[in-house]
Parts: sequence; C-alpha cells; structure tokens
Amino acid sequence: MSSKESPTKTIVVALLLSLVCSVVVSTAAIKLKPMQEKNKALDKKRNILVAAGMIEAGSSASVEELFSQVESKYVDLATGSFVEEPAGFDQRAFAKNSATNLKLTANQDLGGIGTRSQVAHVYMVKKDGQLDSIILPIHGKGLFSTLYGFIALDKDLQTVKGLKYYEHGETPGLGGEIENANWLAKWPGKKVLDPKGVPVITLVKNVADDNNEVDALSGATWTTNGVEGMIRFWLGDDGFGPFLDKVRAGEI
Amino acid sequence: MAFDKQEAKSVLLGPIFNNNPIALQVLGICSALAVTVKLETAFVMSLALTAVVAFSNLLISLIRHHIPSSIRIIVQMTIIASLVIMVDQILKAYAYEVSKQLAVFVGLIITNCIVMGRAEAYAMKNGPVMSFLDGIGNGLGYSILLIVVAFFRELFGSGKLWGQTIFQTVSDGGWYQTNGLLLLPASSFFIIGLLIWALRTWKTDQVEEKE
Repeated sequence: MSSKESPTKTIVVALLLSLVCSVVVSTAAIKLKPMQEKNKALDKKRNILVAAGMIEAGSSASVEELFSQVESKYVDLATGSFVEEPAGFDQRAFAKNSATNLKLTANQDLGGIGTRSQVAHVYMVKKDGQLDSIILPIHGKGLFSTLYGFIALDKDLQTVKGLKYYEHGETPGLGGEIENANWLAKWPGKKVLDPKGVPVITLVKNVADDNNEVDALSGATWTTNGVEGMIRFWLGDDGFGPFLDKVRAGEI
Repeated sequence: MAFDKQEAKSVLLGPIFNNNPIALQVLGICSALAVTVKLETAFVMSLALTAVVAFSNLLISLIRHHIPSSIRIIVQMTIIASLVIMVDQILKAYAYEVSKQLAVFVGLIITNCIVMGRAEAYAMKNGPVMSFLDGIGNGLGYSILLIVVAFFRELFGSGKLWGQTIFQTVSDGGWYQTNGLLLLPASSFFIIGLLIWALRTWKTDQVEEKE
C-alpha cells in the first residue's frame, strides 16, 4: 500500500481540498455579489418601466434615467396608507415571516399564495404633479410555479396600462406565453376594476366584451386561471383595494 | 511527458463524432432534454459544461498522484461542485437574462454524468494537458448535439432561431402552426434518437452487436 493511501494523508488531502475550494468559491461569491445585485435591481426596474409602457422590452434606453420619474413608496395593505420603508424590506421574505405576513383564508386566497406580506412596494408615475399611473407588484400560482409580475393602472384606477411578468417557471410555448408581447398587448385599455374598485376582469376563450375580457392562453388553462386569480386578489379588498380606495378618494 | 500531436488531435476531436458522449455513451441526457427549447440557452449551457469539464479534468489530473483512492470520488465531486458554483456566479453577474432561464440547470452540471465520467475515466490516469483537451473535446461533443437538438426544437417548436422569428407563427398573425410536442422535454428523446440513428448509419462501427 502506497503512502498516499494512509489515513493521515487521506485526511490531510480532504482538509486541504475543502479549504482551497471554499476559499475560491467564497471569494468568487463576494467579488461578484455587487454586480449580481445591480443586475437584479436593474432587471426589476426595467420590468416596472415595461409594465408602465415607458420603455419597449429589449430597448437599450437608459433604465436608470427613465426610472428617475418613478416614485417608489411602501404601502400598509390593511389600511392602504403609506408607511416608511420597513427595515430590510424584501416582499418575498416578509410574506414568509409570520411577524410580517398575513395568513390568507381559502376564500381570500384567489392567487394561491397562502400568505402575503403586510407591506408592499408600489410605484407611482406623476406628470406635472398629477398622478399618471400606478404600478403594483403582483404574484400568484400558475401551473408549475409562482408567477411574478407588475400591473400598471392608468390614473382612472380602472384601466390597465400594461402587464408584465418577470419571473415564472411555466412551460415555454404554453403557460410561458404570458411573456408573449402579443398577448400582453391585449391588456392595455382593459378595465380590470369597476368604478367602485371591484375586480371585474375575466380571461375567456372567446372575447365578447372588449372592456373586461381578455383572451385566455390556449393550452394553458391553469396558468390563465392563475393570472385571473392573482389580478382579482391583488386589486381586490385583500390586496391593494384599500390603497386604491384612498387614491380614488383623493386622500393620497 | 512527450506531447503527441496525433493523440492530442484524437483526444480533442474524437468525442465530437466518433465517441460522442451523448450519442454513443448516452451520458448527460438529462440536461439535453431540459435546456434545448431554445438555441441561446443550449449554447450557454454548452459553454458552461465545456468549461467545467475542461477545468475539472485539468485540476483533477494535476493532483491525481495525491488523491487517495478511498476518497477519490468525493475529491472529484468537490472540485466539480466548486467549478459549477463559480460558473453559476459568473453567469449571474455577466449574463443575467440567460442565467435566469437556465436557472437550476447550471447547478445540475454537478450531477452531469459526462463531467464525473471524464474525471474518473480519463483525468485520473492522464497528464494535465491531455486531460484538459479531453475535457474540451467532450464538451464540444456535448455542445454539438445540444445545439443540433435545440436548432430543431426552436425552429419547429416556436418558429424562431436564437429568438429571431424565422417562420411567422399563427399566434403572431403568420402562417406557421407551431409543433407543440417539440416544446416539451420528451421531444428531445425523439430528436436524439434520430440523431443516433443517423450517426450510426454514417459510422457503422458504432452499431452495437446483437446480443
């Protein structure tokens, strides 16, 4: 038996290797972290702008510059009032933490998400001091995955300005068509809420009513149901409803 | 160690057609099914895998005389896993869009049979330069198959190549009715099967003997 097979040698090799590998991996992770964070933040901003129709998807226009027109606020969903940014705010982490989330009952939970954060991040675009559009983050269960996106409402708080999904794991070509620009283009102009703020949008096979109906995705019933459910949830009383009521009443 | 040009060539180019890791050895099928819906993801996945096989082969070959055989698989796995994490981090930093689409599959390179297979079968017995070339060669063999499969799946599944529309699809107001089957992972099985058939018709020595 050669010396390299001895227990001491074995342990030394194992230790050295673990040490070298962990140093290399953690160095890479730390060095690249700022860049990854930047990418993530930029990607989110870009999606907000796309939802609001302020930038074309894939356009190279400066995201940072356009985003400076967007006001970012935090809303307490139960009261609908603005709050200060909670320390370490991350909506997904907050939704999981029992101290900062709200458990949804089966009747409330149209989006299939179980719990939601008590506070949410909203974005407002103002033109000449007047509210021009509100961009709200939405998410909910599709078939295979949770869909994350933004919906932008016009100043009348009824009409969709744009819809954009930025993260999902649905089947490409079927449920994944929620990213299809042609389908998303069907959304602007639809009335998702009635004048009182009750969600009225439905996704159907044959669109008869141009106001409140959007063409469903063929071959993606579950994903389509998820989209409808999450929009009804987030724009309804258990989502941004109280906030939208306040905006409608001119209190904000 | 003498550098044999002839051998280097066969080590580098052999795995592309003569000894293709997917077509002949039928390794690494899992990711070939998962990431070939689009050319772009297939291409980035190929690059990532080639880099991982090449460098894991190189590193393992460099320390092969010091690896105790009782823990050699663990040593190989540790090196491969570290490389995969590096690749994943680099993709997230420099190719964010693509890394979002590849998601979990980059991490799954760790379990890709080609990487372990080459480390165990080649790098443990051969010098660093040859092992590196062997890694590149096998990476290329994997890449070429993945890219061919992705070509067919993207073209006929969504009427596009590299995200550019080639056939105007019906859902975009064109004439091409997309083939939904090709969008599902199982369709890769059919394409890989057909490719293996074509390859073995061309290179008859790859045909397995009847049992």
